[in-house]
Amino acid sequence: MGHPKKASKFVANSKRMHWHDKALWFVRERRDLATHQLDEWEELRRVASEIKTHTMDRLDYYLEEFEKNATQKGLHIHWARDAKEHNEIVLNLLLTHGAKRVVKSKSMLTEECGLNPFLEKNGIEIVDTDLGERIVQLRKEAPSHIVLPAIHLKKEEVGKTFEEFLNTQKDNCDPTYLTREARKHLREKFLTADASITGVNFAIAQTGGVVVCTNEGNADLGASLPKLHIASMGIEKVIPRLEELSVFTRLLARSATGQPITTYTSHFHAPIEGGELHIVIVDNGRSDTLSNSDFKESLNCIRCGACLNTCPVYRRSGGHSYGYTIPGPIGSTLGASRDLQANRTLPFACTLCASCSNVCPSKIKLHNQLYRHRQNVVKAGLLGAKKRAILKVSSWVMKHPLLLDFVGLVVRKVVPILPRSIVYSKANIWGRGREVPKFPKKSFKELYKERKK
Amino acid sequence: MSSRETILNSIKKNRPSSTIELPNTDISHVKYRDRDKKFATTLKSVGGDAVWLEDKSVDEFVAENYRDLDVIVSTYLEFNGSTKDANELETPHLLEDVDLAVIKGEFAVAENGAVWVKNPKNHHRALYFLATRLLIVVDKNSIVDSMHEAYKLIDFSRAGYGTFISGPSKTADIEQALVIGAHGAIEVCVLFV
Repeated sequence: MGHPKKASKFVANSKRMHWHDKALWFVRERRDLATHQLDEWEELRRVASEIKTHTMDRLDYYLEEFEKNATQKGLHIHWARDAKEHNEIVLNLLLTHGAKRVVKSKSMLTEECGLNPFLEKNGIEIVDTDLGERIVQLRKEAPSHIVLPAIHLKKEEVGKTFEEFLNTQKDNCDPTYLTREARKHLREKFLTADASITGVNFAIAQTGGVVVCTNEGNADLGASLPKLHIASMGIEKVIPRLEELSVFTRLLARSATGQPITTYTSHFHAPIEGGELHIVIVDNGRSDTLSNSDFKESLNCIRCGACLNTCPVYRRSGGHSYGYTIPGPIGSTLGASRDLQANRTLPFACTLCASCSNVCPSKIKLHNQLYRHRQNVVKAGLLGAKKRAILKVSSWVMKHPLLLDFVGLVVRKVVPILPRSIVYSKANIWGRGREVPKFPKKSFKELYKERKK
Repeated sequence: MSSRETILNSIKKNRPSSTIELPNTDISHVKYRDRDKKFATTLKSVGGDAVWLEDKSVDEFVAENYRDLDVIVSTYLEFNGSTKDANELETPHLLEDVDLAVIKGEFAVAENGAVWVKNPKNHHRALYFLATRLLIVVDKNSIVDSMHEAYKLIDFSRAGYGTFISGPSKTADIEQALVIGAHGAIEVCVLFV
């Protein structure tokens, strides 16, 4: 099922759709307020974009530097070609350390790899510790947003879920109460965990350490209690030096939620005393994207979620309608690069308004990428039959100017006198939810000729 | 071929060879006329407090402001009110009951209310996240404007751990309602001495 079908379920509840739209627009506005306080905002974006592009163009060098320096500090580096290898490395580390209970903080990469179900199948208890992620984990759902995983849920639904799993008070859906209960429940999980898994926001080649940003303190707490800490990162997470963080830490939280910085920005260059820090570097198709000049920029993403918050389609269709690990504009281009056939509807979940490109902190031209993916979808013959037929007929008509004039004339005369039941018949998919505009008396061509006289 | 080589070879084969140089990150940026004030208002906006200690000791400040707390732990050497020594503990899990941690911050950042905490002498970094309340003691002359100055002061030539802490832990995962106190500290006060 593609995006339009899944989205139609979401938009069927118009009240809820508008609520979702507003919730995300609120986050977008907070981002604007934060960014307008800095005169150098655009300069920061420029520098971020150049750092990322520079690094991607020398990615092998920086990854080897990172490995060398991390190893020197006593960290353990692993390389995984794909999701399967990543999951096996993680499982193997857990088994050799006798770890049965694992706490995990937010990592879109482990979502991409399907780590949780894999570990569960192998008898490991894995608990997501970010509040939003814990909520969706208990509900057996996927995160619907990369920064706000449970943004699609109402507090009443969260209350019900907690009633069922955490024995909270009946019908109490006060966010503070629910957060406190989750804190108690997860504190217990932290204190009894045998290992922790975190994602990585930035890996620093020069110093051989990784940086993780959170507001809740869950990654930080998890990685400070059990002896074993495994951090999973995509190959694109590496940056050259510490000083580049001055740019990215200024951009990330402001773009994401409008905060000046996340509450915690943890720099891990060592495990806890007597512990081990293992870093798994994952390719999983990323290095293929590097070769494509149209799409390689998508690897510059720092996963702030700003493009989701601003996207008129995301806001009104919800994260689950995309059916790819990462929803929204960035997910649509990453998904289409990964598997065009499976994600062929995603490049069309876009109005080409370019708002995503305007807010992106690393200046990825997301709308250009989606436009190119569309062309590739057509070239690969993956367009739906109806759309293909419409495009064929339109292009044939447009190639014949006299015919085009004639069709235009007929349409202008006939459509206004047709009854609604015909104009908005089933065949008019465009007219679902849209009104056909009032037709002008004369065509542009006619007006142009008149004025030229 | 190992996975390492496969990945690195694939990158070498696929990556473009552009000539974009690493840009200078020290761009012209915001400076605050009153860094103290900016730090305090920013920290306030993210749920924390900043206090300048005038004519008191940290001991006196804690005695006055944190009454009736059972467990106080400190990594700040000049503080004498600890009820137990964190570094003596075998495992960080035993810090779970800490009501107040008095810790040392290296410097503060005006633009975002963050304090850099990196203390190789502290054996259990979990203290920063397990304690219900954090009192971070910082030299009053160590406030910088922005992250550009901050990263000039940070060194990771050796293994270790460091973190920026900006206010108490928080979440807005339930209907965007901001709740202070997720997994880490519920209260954070930065004390300038």
